[in-house]
Amino acid sequence: MTKKLIGLVVFLLAVFIAVPMLIAATGRTDLYYVFTSVALLSIASAGVWLTFFIGRINIGQGAYALMGGYVSAILIMYYGWSFWWTLPVAGIFCAAASILIGFPILRLRGVYFAMVTLILTEVMRLLALALPITNGAKGITSIPPPGPISLFGMTLVPDFATLQNPRIAFYYLSVMLMIACFAVLYRLVHSRIGHICMSLQQNEELASSIGVNIAALRVMAYAISSFFGGLSGAVFIGATQSIYPSSFTVTDSVNFMLNCFLGGLGYVFGPMLGTLVLYLGWNLLFSTGEFQLLIYSTAMIVLMLVLPNGLLSLGSFKRRG
Amino acid sequence: MPGPSITFTWWIRRLMEQVIANGLYLGAQYALIALGLTLIFGLMNVLNFAHGQMYVLGGFITYTVYGQLGLPFAVAVICSGITLAVIGGFMERYLFRTVIRRSHREESTMMLAAATAFFFDAVMLLVFGEKQRGVPKIVKGVFNDFGVILPYDRILVGLIAAILILGFIAFMKYTKTGRAMRALAQDRVAAQLMGVEVDRYTMIGFALGAMLAGLVGGLLVSITGVNSGIGGPISIKAFMMIMIGGAGVVSGAIAGGFILGMMESVGLTVLREYGDVTYLVIFAALMMFLSIRPNGLMGKPWG
Repeated sequence: MTKKLIGLVVFLLAVFIAVPMLIAATGRTDLYYVFTSVALLSIASAGVWLTFFIGRINIGQGAYALMGGYVSAILIMYYGWSFWWTLPVAGIFCAAASILIGFPILRLRGVYFAMVTLILTEVMRLLALALPITNGAKGITSIPPPGPISLFGMTLVPDFATLQNPRIAFYYLSVMLMIACFAVLYRLVHSRIGHICMSLQQNEELASSIGVNIAALRVMAYAISSFFGGLSGAVFIGATQSIYPSSFTVTDSVNFMLNCFLGGLGYVFGPMLGTLVLYLGWNLLFSTGEFQLLIYSTAMIVLMLVLPNGLLSLGSFKRRG
Repeated sequence: MPGPSITFTWWIRRLMEQVIANGLYLGAQYALIALGLTLIFGLMNVLNFAHGQMYVLGGFITYTVYGQLGLPFAVAVICSGITLAVIGGFMERYLFRTVIRRSHREESTMMLAAATAFFFDAVMLLVFGEKQRGVPKIVKGVFNDFGVILPYDRILVGLIAAILILGFIAFMKYTKTGRAMRALAQDRVAAQLMGVEVDRYTMIGFALGAMLAGLVGGLLVSITGVNSGIGGPISIKAFMMIMIGGAGVVSGAIAGGFILGMMESVGLTVLREYGDVTYLVIFAALMMFLSIRPNGLMGKPWG
């Protein structure tokens, strides 16, 4: 218990104090955007991880991230909503949509589910191109930055537009959201429901035969997963101030899944580590120019050969040995 | 002189014949791509994300041998097939087998497959560049009769594809290797107990699947050309075909290939004005179809 607590404190110190200090010391404020992206993408990956947890391969998280982004953008631009209200609404909208979509498709298993979700990403992109409200390929641009939040006349969060460097604000916002999402995920996995979900991963028929309502449970897990996807998409458009049908594509969906694999499917914090390593790795390799993809993919193949159960399985090796 | 209504029906019929001819030609190509993918899936439960990239590599090899070096087209296509078979065999032996053995969860092979897809993409981009590449026509002239207009090279390629499909079915049905692979796909453990050398036939199966991808790539480079970016979209199409027909089943892959070819051909004609809507309709229809029939047309339960 104390070990976990120490780990948590170290992590909080790292993200809230060490990272800003390091960035201030090096003067590379553009790195804030990188870490914001990592935090937001790891929220979406956490959703994918949850569907892995119930034994489904989800390659459709990009669809919900795109949907959440568009819901937020449309509410802000056409209906004049505040950015802050659109965040929960985007998440809930995606969760509701995923319940409708999930009921039929969660009956599928294995590759069938994986492929249907992959196609779902493509469907969402084509829908965003075809619908009138999403403004086609031109997308929705120049979305205003988030306004202030005040409670009883006290300003809790200042207007992002007045800030000297809104990137720092977005960094704190997305890191806090990331911590909240992973706290929810951790709590869920270690609860009674989490243990029942684990039984779905191993044998659905057996779980069903002892009275587990597997249909409701997997739809619930999928809805939470999509909520995470929609939330991260909505915050993302706040940070980039624009959204296009190509903002989240099949590649992103596949990357969300790869993040989970790389971090380790057996560990709650796997998607966070996986996102950090893959995203930073890809960006660090940028200087290698045309060899970027070659080095990146070779490293991935080697990692898979050496650590097929994810980076976090390194720790359990040591303990066993 | 025929009245306007007769002209209209005549026009519709002509159009339909054209559409069906195109659909059959497309379907034969697609079925051949799907066969390789479904073979690999049936044998190892691996969804080969790199299948489209293998197809593109096959196309580039034919482009080099036939287009650049000037050797006969048949030699070039055979070269594509053999190279891909060798690559496929190595991939199974040194990558997939290792990961399947060490991993706790079967799905880990998906990450490996995706990584190899990226790897192929990177290598092809470095070696062949990003330009669209084409080769000289293999046969000149256009078939124009019975209201159908179809270039001769398309007919030839379609026929070769059909022959390859029939050859593949015969191979799976009548040879010892084919029987062993069918047994493996049906029940791995039982096959092993009956004395089938599981490792050896899995490797042969993977090589064969990769070879089919290479052969289609080589054949099609003579018509559509090839560029290093189309691997991913081809993979997605191949996934759709095996889902329509049912993953891991030979007849399903062929049915899926022809159905998708026909749907595309009809859709692109009927919905031409709406552009991308064709694919939206196909995708939506596929999702609905799969929620009613989760295993595709003839797939085994839970693939």
